[in-house]
Amino acid sequence: MNESNDVVRQQSKTVEQGKRERTMRPPVDIFEDSTGITVQADMPGVSKDRLEVHIENDTLSIDGTADIAMPEGMEALYADIRSTHYQRSFSLSRELDGDKVNATLKDGVLILRIPKREQYQPRKIEVRVV
Amino acid sequence: MFANLNGLEGNLFDEFRRMEQEMDQLFGRNPWTSGIRSVARGTYPPINIGSTPEQVDVYLFAAGVDPKALEISIHQNLLTIDGERRLITEEGADYFRKERYDGAFHRVVTLPDDVDPEQVEAAYRDGVLRITIKRRVKSQPRQIEVK
Repeated sequence: MNESNDVVRQQSKTVEQGKRERTMRPPVDIFEDSTGITVQADMPGVSKDRLEVHIENDTLSIDGTADIAMPEGMEALYADIRSTHYQRSFSLSRELDGDKVNATLKDGVLILRIPKREQYQPRKIEVRVV
Repeated sequence: MFANLNGLEGNLFDEFRRMEQEMDQLFGRNPWTSGIRSVARGTYPPINIGSTPEQVDVYLFAAGVDPKALEISIHQNLLTIDGERRLITEEGADYFRKERYDGAFHRVVTLPDDVDPEQVEAAYRDGVLRITIKRRVKSQPRQIEVK
């Protein structure tokens, strides 16, 4: 699985950045085992209804908006986080089954499980004793 | 640079310069933020601090933390947050990326002088810890009568 760094996409993002709010790249852990790939992403402040995970043309996109409750008229005294929008995308390889992605979100951590297609899963060959 | 450390997007040098200028302005305008306890940007967890005339709100962006493992204490106007996030490493799995913070963390925040350490509330929701500290009610302006 590779991170998308499509040149065209990058350019359009740079242009958009001038107008739109800056986006944050959520930090991720990605690991693979024999049956699939798991992606864990930190997206604090994002609730289920403000999260979108979609797959199009083998590209997996994560899009989320943090909802931070703030009293009216609040002034920022200090800010490490300067955006509420998270975005990151990855290109999937052929053996991964994009139709069977399972997503869970808990305490701002998104966990995506992308299984491998059945024919790519390791098969145990039993040795028969004759 | 720090964009990589805390996962913020924006790798353009202009953007860094602009942010640095912003930080300078911020520190210059609010001398208390440049306290001796301030830490490098990118320290986990990221913090935002907001203020209104009634209260000060501290937001910690700490996803996947057990709220019971958080220790929050306030001494005068010094707020201390201790916690830890232990990630479970899958045995026998191949890791391609490990960007998420794993381990204990400790942050100290110097608050404005007029906060009331007796009136503090904390709530954890969707991976964000919000600590609200009320400011002391300012004495009402008094009119002094000339006898």
